[in-house]
Amino acid sequence: MTDSNVHGQSPEPEGPAAPHRVIGTPSPAESRSMLAPAPEEEHPPARELPPAPEDEHTNKAAKVVAACFILAMLAGLAFIAVYFIFNDHSVSAVTHGNLALGLTMAAAFLLLGAGATVWVRHVMPKVEIAEERHPLRSSPQARAEFAETFKEGAEASGFVKRPLIRRSLIAATVPVALAPIVLLRDLGPLPYDSLDHTVWKKGLRLIVYGTNRPITPAEFNTPGSMITVAPEGFQSDYDAMAKAAVIIIKMAPGQLQAPTVMNWTVNDIVAYSKICTHVGCPAALYEQTTHHILCPCHQSTFDATRGAKVLFGPATRPLPQLPITTDAQGYLVAQSDFHEAVGPSFWERS
Amino acid sequence: MSVEKGLEGVGSWLDDRFTGAKGVRYLLRKVFPDHWSFLLGEIALYSFIILLLTGTFLTFFFQPSMTDVVYHGSYTHLDGVHMSQAYASTLNISFDVRGGLLMRQIHHWAADLFVAAILAHMLRIFFTGAYRKPREVNWLIGITLFTLALLEGLFGYSLPDDLLSGAGLRITEGVLQSIPVVGTYLAFFLFGGAYPGHVIIPRMYILHVLLIPGLLLALITAHLFIMTFQKHTQMPGKGRTNANVVGAPAYPYFAAKTGAFFFFTFGAVALAGALAQINPIWLYGPYNPVGISAGSQPDFYMGFLEGSLRMMPAWQWVVFGHTFAFNVFIPALLPLGLIMTGAALWPFIEQWVTGDKREHHLNDRPRNAPTRTAIGMTTVAFYGVLWAEGANDVIANHFDIPLYTITWIARFAIFLVPWFTYWLTKRICLGLQRADLHTLEHGVETGIIRQLPNGEFIEVTEPPTDEERAVLLSRPDYPQLPAGGESADGVPAPGMRGAVGRARERAYNVLVESVPLEESHAHGDGHAIEGNGHGNGHGDGHAPAAVPSGAAEDEQHGSQGSNQQGESH
Repeated sequence: MTDSNVHGQSPEPEGPAAPHRVIGTPSPAESRSMLAPAPEEEHPPARELPPAPEDEHTNKAAKVVAACFILAMLAGLAFIAVYFIFNDHSVSAVTHGNLALGLTMAAAFLLLGAGATVWVRHVMPKVEIAEERHPLRSSPQARAEFAETFKEGAEASGFVKRPLIRRSLIAATVPVALAPIVLLRDLGPLPYDSLDHTVWKKGLRLIVYGTNRPITPAEFNTPGSMITVAPEGFQSDYDAMAKAAVIIIKMAPGQLQAPTVMNWTVNDIVAYSKICTHVGCPAALYEQTTHHILCPCHQSTFDATRGAKVLFGPATRPLPQLPITTDAQGYLVAQSDFHEAVGPSFWERS
Repeated sequence: MSVEKGLEGVGSWLDDRFTGAKGVRYLLRKVFPDHWSFLLGEIALYSFIILLLTGTFLTFFFQPSMTDVVYHGSYTHLDGVHMSQAYASTLNISFDVRGGLLMRQIHHWAADLFVAAILAHMLRIFFTGAYRKPREVNWLIGITLFTLALLEGLFGYSLPDDLLSGAGLRITEGVLQSIPVVGTYLAFFLFGGAYPGHVIIPRMYILHVLLIPGLLLALITAHLFIMTFQKHTQMPGKGRTNANVVGAPAYPYFAAKTGAFFFFTFGAVALAGALAQINPIWLYGPYNPVGISAGSQPDFYMGFLEGSLRMMPAWQWVVFGHTFAFNVFIPALLPLGLIMTGAALWPFIEQWVTGDKREHHLNDRPRNAPTRTAIGMTTVAFYGVLWAEGANDVIANHFDIPLYTITWIARFAIFLVPWFTYWLTKRICLGLQRADLHTLEHGVETGIIRQLPNGEFIEVTEPPTDEERAVLLSRPDYPQLPAGGESADGVPAPGMRGAVGRARERAYNVLVESVPLEESHAHGDGHAIEGNGHGNGHGDGHAPAAVPSGAAEDEQHGSQGSNQQGESH
């Protein structure tokens, strides 16, 4: 259809006689409207673009373009070949395969891009055309007609004159619009007081996270060491562990000070919630020399010797201390649940 | 049958049914102005297409499930380890699906490029004033697209359910919980109960592959349609006015160029995917709520939120049994809210202050709108400080600066650096304007040094070309503000009364601040500028350049060094 214009070889008889538009002049105005095509009007296609020149420079450039495209084709073929060659799934084969696939793919695309760029810059003739703009606002006539049509419709429907219809329609849409929001209610249960508690309870053993074995104070006797423990039976329950993860730290005698609750410690072993009180990352870094517990996410820093009080960072509260003791077999157990909610602040937390 | 006959047959068949000849011809001949900065939006568009293509491939193999499985795949280091099906299938894509690792890496790189390109594109639009009437709606769509892209990225990199992204989700949960009144409920509804639950991965999956991409696609379509309909803006230059658009036609020029650009973009991310490892989830391990690694860093576009959270002092109120966690919800919501709301309102604020309700199709050079440019750079600086603080642990590690020191610096820098940047940018813009005036008056330096008979050395200057003059003379022309209470005697005009009117007048004076072109007129060579301080910039008649080449030399012959301004009268 339109390609005939562009190539300038108009099949229509009046084509050759058409006045050629000079580059830089605006195109015929009516062809500019996409939304409302003007009524059909006789006008012959006008030539705006010169054909590609055929001088030495262009011929040379055309060869470069073709070379790029051929190389791109070869790269594409290489990609397919590589796909079938690297059929092993070892880590090193995957690494090499990724490299080979990625490089051939990149080569194919970059060569295609390079070829097209040389094509447009060195083969196609330089052209700059100017297109006129027209104000976007409609003519006063069109606006008036629109306003009239809108008013007519409103009047014909009685929407303005009949408040009963109008108000009842508005009233009907409100619950209909609310319904989908109500439907979302079952996305999750209400929190109630679930954030205030963890699964820790009196007598529940502290299990070393990873080995899943209970631990005695005698086994955990190197001052300065820190391990993560879980409530027995909940090691692989993520929902429970997201709140109940605990670190225990062995201090040298006399290091623990207020506000650490001494009754909640055993042989200078103190247990703190591992869940940072800022936004809930595991506060997993412990520096022996300074007794600082550091959360790697936002660097809230807690003093392990002083009830995990906040030394620096955005956390507002100390890590809650878990009351621990030993059971009849000598293993570390919880005296009770935490005495406050663990983890990040929330609205209902008091 | 020749190509033309064939095309004619197809074209005629289609035109018989869809009347396309005229409309499609218009599109083929549509004019695309050239400027390198116009490619930024195209990078964003093409990254999005790459994301759709590679993302579709990934969905064929990814299983968005948190069901616990024991891994027995090709990555033997994790053999026998419990993990979610999502994580296992991501390992599977990486090691057992040929080309899967490449697709994953390209997808991730393209996502980073997508957000980066949107950011750069938005800055380009802002700094050149391309958001002005009639393009305010497209600016707002752009802001929405950016916000959606951030969310899409966050959900996307959380899907593999690895240890690193799990930390990000945990932070998301903590942030949601901190929101007053509704926070806890929002968190419970999103996660289907207590964190982490068993539904967050499938929920994020459907948001990531259907809802948000659907919205992105719809908004991008609208964005491009509006751009096509309103036509492109253009940078100032010879023959470029507010009433035309100058450039190469879509077919074949722009089509070939943009096709090339798509291939370059795809080639670049493919190269990145081949050479630069990204998100090696097999090294992080499967998620569990107890583990974390030091130096956890999100993707770059989340860095400013991370920095914001890190920098915030530990402020919190507990009032009547309720907790206001200022330490979390302020840094999580305020910076993005400030930047996005400010950006969304800016076109309308500027319109109100300047009273400029006209269409603008000719862009400003950033230096020619010093206050706007300074405000933009202030925002960049604000974002930059947050972003740098987001990497404070990395900075501390690499530059051996104490971690807390960096945070303390950031707490002050967040106020001081933007303030200083505003001042500095404005100085630079005004300085560049003076340099432009200098070029207009004295011509372009040629680098040729000539010795005069009296032994003096001078540098030969050439008058700027018409193209250069058009660029140099392009200045926004602000409408005159109605008489206000401060400047004029007598009664202020309506809309200029009271405190609001005075504020508007003051804002106006700051906003239009520029080195007047007339300044050069005053001691330039008269015919140079002739009050043509308007955006249209096409030399209307006064073809003689500011300083004709010969004249410049003559003047310099007669003058002593730099005081040729006086001589030129």
